[in-house]
Amino acid sequence: MTMAVQTPRGGARRGGRLALSNGVYRGLLAAVVAVFVAVVIWFLVSLIVQARPAFSTLGFSWIIQKTWDPNSNKFGLLPFILGTIETTAIAMVLAVPIGLGTALSLAYLVPHRLRPPLSTAVELLAAVPSVVYGLWGLIVLAPLFREHVEPFLTSVLGWTGLFNGPDQGVGLLLAGVILFVMVLPTMVAISRDVLAVVPNEQVEGAMALGATRWQVLRKVVVPGARTGLLGGFTLATGRALGETVAVALVIGNSPYIAHSIKSPAATLPSLIVNNFGEATGTELSALFGAGLVLLVIGVAVNAVARMLVRSTSRAAAAASVAVA
Amino acid sequence: MTTLSFDASSDPILERRRRIQSVASVSLKRRKVYSRIAIGICWLFLAVAIVPLIAVVFYVVIKGLPAWSVDFFTKVTVPEGIPGGGVWNAIVGTIEIGAVATAVTVPIGLLCGLFLAESEGKVAATIRFSADVMTGVPSITIGIFGYIAIVKNFGGYSGLAGAFAIGIIMLPVIMRAGETAIRGVPANLSEAAFALGARKAATARRVVLPAALPGIITGVLLAIARGLGETAPLLLTIFGNQYLQWNPTKPMEALPLVIYNNSSQPYADLLQVAWGAALLLMVVVLILSIGSRVVASVLQREKR
Amino acid sequence: MINPPVAPTLEGGLNLNTGQVLVNEPVGDPVMRLKDVTVAFGGRKAVRGVSFDVHEGEITALIGPSGSGKTTLLRALNRMHDTVRSASVTGQVMLGETDCYAHSTDPTLLRSRVGMVFQRPNPFPTMSIYENAVAGLKFNGVRKKALLDEAAESALVGAALWDSVKDRLKAHASTLSGGEQQRLCIARALAVEPEVLLMDEPTSALDPIATKRIEELVGELKHRVTIIIVTHNMQQAMRVSDRCAFLLMGEDKAGELIEFGPTAKLFSEPTDERTLDYVNGRFG
Repeated sequence: MTMAVQTPRGGARRGGRLALSNGVYRGLLAAVVAVFVAVVIWFLVSLIVQARPAFSTLGFSWIIQKTWDPNSNKFGLLPFILGTIETTAIAMVLAVPIGLGTALSLAYLVPHRLRPPLSTAVELLAAVPSVVYGLWGLIVLAPLFREHVEPFLTSVLGWTGLFNGPDQGVGLLLAGVILFVMVLPTMVAISRDVLAVVPNEQVEGAMALGATRWQVLRKVVVPGARTGLLGGFTLATGRALGETVAVALVIGNSPYIAHSIKSPAATLPSLIVNNFGEATGTELSALFGAGLVLLVIGVAVNAVARMLVRSTSRAAAAASVAVA
Repeated sequence: MTTLSFDASSDPILERRRRIQSVASVSLKRRKVYSRIAIGICWLFLAVAIVPLIAVVFYVVIKGLPAWSVDFFTKVTVPEGIPGGGVWNAIVGTIEIGAVATAVTVPIGLLCGLFLAESEGKVAATIRFSADVMTGVPSITIGIFGYIAIVKNFGGYSGLAGAFAIGIIMLPVIMRAGETAIRGVPANLSEAAFALGARKAATARRVVLPAALPGIITGVLLAIARGLGETAPLLLTIFGNQYLQWNPTKPMEALPLVIYNNSSQPYADLLQVAWGAALLLMVVVLILSIGSRVVASVLQREKR
Repeated sequence: MINPPVAPTLEGGLNLNTGQVLVNEPVGDPVMRLKDVTVAFGGRKAVRGVSFDVHEGEITALIGPSGSGKTTLLRALNRMHDTVRSASVTGQVMLGETDCYAHSTDPTLLRSRVGMVFQRPNPFPTMSIYENAVAGLKFNGVRKKALLDEAAESALVGAALWDSVKDRLKAHASTLSGGEQQRLCIARALAVEPEVLLMDEPTSALDPIATKRIEELVGELKHRVTIIIVTHNMQQAMRVSDRCAFLLMGEDKAGELIEFGPTAKLFSEPTDERTLDYVNGRFG
């Protein structure tokens, strides 16, 4: 909506109360927006500036080296980059089918009367703070994983070579599962929204041709929503990549590249949050560098997601209030 | 089918119809079974999704409720082994930080939202896009920014640094929610005001903003809910404080911080506090989220 | 289709009030028979007690003012109301020897024999023209490329679309104009070679030129498939249909069949006064 109507200009006071002229008004708004822009730029610049010493001391390749040992001045970020990617991958491998199936159920299968309350419940869960998920994961799930889930999975899937090593509970697998639980509400909310607005006339068109219920969903509904689904997926991935405290609590914080899905590991956010307090000098600068790498990844993924999810939809609004 | 007096196979359409019907009826059972299985899997996934989400709420309530006592809400945090502690300092810190962040970001966010609602063009589009992207930036990096901007420059951890970081998280949310709400106000309202000679500022203040209020309140409540739940930025900016601290220029305690720090401790009493704080935080966030929906629907209904 | 040499039956021009047979003319066998069909939503009837026969190779139009239940009745013929919880359909709908609403009748299979074209063109936007045309075939389990190609071409030819799309079958359906999209939807329905094609006001969303083309098309199609068309446009009914069923909303807000008979007769010498009023435009 643009206010395209011509309005009188002039700075005179009206009726005794201070009334800004249109010029001053627009100027004020522009100034405030400039503050926002300045803050964003300040953000990027300060991160780059603080990370610079690490780059000048260590060159550029340190980011992808695999040893992190502050005592010997090694600050390779590879284990953490891999950890970030791996935990996110586990989360999304689970979230895509389960999220899509749940969203389809909420949009098309659940009885009409139950749809609003269930959908609202799912959206509310997106607002639960991540630290609560972390606490729950550590105290409730970790023992469960250690005693039951991991032994079971190892016996069934051990042949893949992914499940070597002892069952510890904390580690990549648990972190991935916690991330899955955390991004699920966001993914389901967005997916449900875009699936539900596929025009009914297409659903009817498919039905009238003799399609079974699943054929309608698979061949018409899901493809019809695919841009939004992709956007929701990307948004959820972005959230998983940037998640800090829940992961830090359950991943075991081991600065080595994980060799098994059960190994303790670490991610870029968990690295930063665990070492920031005591780090100084080059190590601190390296942490800033890690933050920069994380920012680049997060912004890239988020930018793609935002281009896919149209900004004015309810789904996008729901996405922006999901706590990271 | 109707009877025909000539050889059916000489008519290509009838022949094709016969072939298609034959395939259709032969494959019917397979298609229906497949459909039932696939839909069954969707239901299964729904159940799989609900279970952990309910489990989280369930456990937090079961384990957190016993922690709630008068002491819990009135005494400050104590180290392990010492009885009678609470989270009062964390509550104070959370409220103060939230209040400062809200007080600063709501006006700025709304004015920015007003700007965006009134502008088209590339500049506005870029800013809008940046705000959207900012809502998804990893919160730890915003914590780092808060550290660089405030802690380093002003020589120490403080509640204000935390408020700064939380504010940066809340700002783009309020901007976009504000813009959406303001755009939702029908144009004829502001046009009527202009026709009466009002200037833009007065129109905005007296006509547009009040009309957009439901959407704005919804957005602000959701932004606050998000801001209160953030932990990572606080870890790098407020440092924590086991004593009651009203002064926001000093290190403070906050609920998410207490939860995080106590979670990895092996002491049962500290864990108890963590669960209690988690329940409190979850309840507050849920109330704000539910509240924002209630406000939205109540005020929407009144408008009609 | 050649009309089979059957002895003429006395099924034309029946005044349902007096039971009087008015006209003798040769007709094809009834391909669809409705007996006392009633559609209700949550106890409230939308269409009540409709009975008539649809003859093969003919175009039967359902006409009447808005709210008279024409579309509701049409959608009962391919069991589109199955998905509506509160809907109940009573009475009998026979498709040849098949009781459409019997428990043993599968609605999915029924819909491959009774196709539907909707008011607004609804091609599947993520599919190409070819994929749209064969969509119904694929839903019904047809996988042989030869059969798919043959049916698609025949259907597109039948819908008078083949010449303009044959070189761009892979193009997206959205690149077609409104009238072309509707013809694509008709082709899509035809490709499955249904016995009956239901058309729900297929031209009301189109411009006059596209409308005319589709009316011509419908006239040609009746040799291939029996057509039941809902239209609120009386002139269209006159131009296009062989027989008309005139429905009107009764006092209980349910639509009922007032008169059914050959179009020419219904419009020139209707037996019921209400029909006379309607065709003379005294109410819309």
